[in-house]
Amino acid sequence: MTSPLKTPDTDPPGWLERRLPVMSLLRRQYVAFPMPRNLNALWSFGAFLIVTMAFMIASGLFLAINYTPDITQAFTSVEAIDRQVPSGWFIRSLHMGGVTMLFACLYIHIGRSLWYGSYKAPRELLWLTGLGLMLMVMVTAFAGYVLPWGQMSYWGATVILNAVHAIPLIGQPLSELLLGGDTLGNVALHRLFVLHFTMAFAILGVIALHVAALHVVKSNNPSGVDPVNPSQTLPFHPYYTSRDGFALCLFLMVYAGLVFFLPDLLTLADNYIQANPLVTPRDIRPEWYFAPFYAILRAVPSRLGGLLLASGSLAVLFVLPWLDRSTIRPATRRPMVRLSLPLAFAAFILLGIAGMHAPTPAWLLASRVAIAWWFIHFLLVMPLASEREMSS
Amino acid sequence: MTRWTRNLILAASLTALPACASTPAQRGLMVFQQVCSACHGMEHVTYGDMSRLGLSPVQIRKWAADRQMPNGTDDNGDPKTRPATATDPILSPYPNEAMGRLANHGLLPPDLSRLALTLPRGAEEIRQILLSYAPTPAGVTLDEGRYYNTALKWKHIGMPPPLQDGMLTYPDGTPATSAQMAGDVSAFLDGVAHPHQAKRRRIGVYVLAYLALMALLTFLLQRRIWKGRR
Repeated sequence: MTSPLKTPDTDPPGWLERRLPVMSLLRRQYVAFPMPRNLNALWSFGAFLIVTMAFMIASGLFLAINYTPDITQAFTSVEAIDRQVPSGWFIRSLHMGGVTMLFACLYIHIGRSLWYGSYKAPRELLWLTGLGLMLMVMVTAFAGYVLPWGQMSYWGATVILNAVHAIPLIGQPLSELLLGGDTLGNVALHRLFVLHFTMAFAILGVIALHVAALHVVKSNNPSGVDPVNPSQTLPFHPYYTSRDGFALCLFLMVYAGLVFFLPDLLTLADNYIQANPLVTPRDIRPEWYFAPFYAILRAVPSRLGGLLLASGSLAVLFVLPWLDRSTIRPATRRPMVRLSLPLAFAAFILLGIAGMHAPTPAWLLASRVAIAWWFIHFLLVMPLASEREMSS
Repeated sequence: MTRWTRNLILAASLTALPACASTPAQRGLMVFQQVCSACHGMEHVTYGDMSRLGLSPVQIRKWAADRQMPNGTDDNGDPKTRPATATDPILSPYPNEAMGRLANHGLLPPDLSRLALTLPRGAEEIRQILLSYAPTPAGVTLDEGRYYNTALKWKHIGMPPPLQDGMLTYPDGTPATSAQMAGDVSAFLDGVAHPHQAKRRRIGVYVLAYLALMALLTFLLQRRIWKGRR
C-alpha cells in the first residue's frame, strides 16, 4: 500500500489548484494530517457529533417545510408530519433522536476533555469554542422543544422564560424580546422558530472555528504528551478514517435503535397533548439532557440563586484552563484529580436523575450534595491539585 | 404482560396476517365506528389513514360520506356542512366544544388521537376503564351524568357505560362480548396513538441489519489497516 503521506501534491499544479488550492488543503488536513497513534475510542465522539449535526440540519429542513409556526396550527402540523406526510414519522424521529444523541455525545466529548486535560495550553480556544457550541446547542434545543406546542413545550418554556426574567438587569428585556408580549403566544412561537432555525446554522459556523482550532493545535492523546517526531504519529487517512468508520457504524446502530424501536423514549408523552395555558401538567419535567440544570434550579430556594448556580456550574468550565495550571494533562497521572473528577461526573449524573424525579426532600438533599461537590471539584480541588503538582 | 411485549405482539400480528383476516385493531375500528364515534373524534387522524388497517378505498369513502364536515356558512350566516372525504379528519360529532359540553353534563369527551400514548398506563388503561363499570354502591352519591367506575382514582367517570354484549356483529364471527370489544378497541387506539409503528419496526430491522454488516466490514478493514501499527 502506498502511504498517502508520500503522495505528492499534483505537480505541476492543475487548473483548480492554481486558482483555489482546496485539494491540497484537504490532503494536508484530512489525508496526511498527523494524528497521535494512541487515541482511544473516546476520540471518535467528535466525529459522531459532526454526523449527528448533519442529520439534524437535513431532517430539520424537511420538518420546517411541513411545519406551521402558529399556535393554532403548530400542534396539528406536527401531528400531520407524524401521520400523513410521507416518511414524516421517520424524519421527525430522526430529528428527535438526534437531539438525544447530540447531547449524549456532547457530554461524553466534554467528559473526555476533562479526563485527559484537553482544555490545557495550547488548546484553550479549542475548549472555549467547544463550550460555546454546547451553549448554542442548548439554546437551540430549548427553542426547538417549544415548536410542537404540546403541554411540555408550553410549560417548560414558561419555566425557562420565568427563570430568564429573574436575571438582574438584562433578564426582563431579554424575556420580553423572546416573548414579544405579556404571555407565551403566537409572537413568541414565531420568534423561537426563527431562533431555532438561525442557531442551527450559527452552530455550523462555530463548528468550523472549533475544527480549525483543532487543526492548528492538533489532537491531545491519552498520554497527555504531544508527539514530537513523525514516528509517533499516523496519517489521518486511512488509520483514523477506517477506525471512525467502524465506530460510526456502532453509533448509528444505537441511533437507529432509538429511532425505529424506542421512539416513545425520545419525548415525554404529555407533549402529545396540545398546549393549554389553563391546565398545568401534574409535574413539569425537562427532557433528560436539561435535567441536571433543572435539578440545580429546584434545589436552591431562591430563584435568582438557582439561576446563578446553574449558570455558574457551566461558567466554572469556561475558566477551568486558568483554574488548573498544572502542565500534567491526563487525570490518570494526577492522584487527586483521579479521585475527585469521577465524583464530579457522578454528581452530574446524580443531578440528572434528581431532575427527572419529583422534588422530595431526599432528592433535594442529593441534588445539594451533588452541586456542592461539582463546585468543590472545580474551585478547590483543581487549583489545589495543580499547585501541589507544580511545586513538586 | 408489559406494554412492550404487547406492542411487539401487536406489531408482529399486523405484519404476519393477510389483510383479509380480522385483527384486533380491525375489529377495534368497527367498535370505534359504531360506538365511540357517537361522542369522540380523532381530529388528527384522517379517514384515509384507516387504509393502513386494511380498509379499502371504497369502504373509506363510504364511511367518510356518512359523516358531515363544517363547510362555511349560508346566506343567513347559518353553518353549512358537506359530506366528509378521505382526506378529512375524523372530527368529533359536536360542532364545537360548547356543544360537546352541553350534551355531556359539562364534560367534553376527549379526542382519541393520542389517548393511548398520553394516559399513564396506555392502551391497557382504556381497556380497564371500559370493563370497570359497576353499580353505584349504597351510600355513594354521584352527580348527575357521572357513572361509577372502579378503574379511576375518584371511582367515577362522565362516560356512560358504552359497551354491551352483542351490541354489534363482527363479520369474522368473533363473539362481540364486552371484554372482546374493550380489548379490540384498545388495540385499535394503541395503533392510532403510535402511527406507522409496524412499518417503523419493519424498516428498523433492515436498517440495523445493514448497519451490523457495515460494522463487521469496517471492523475487518480497520483491523487490516492497523495491523502491526499499535
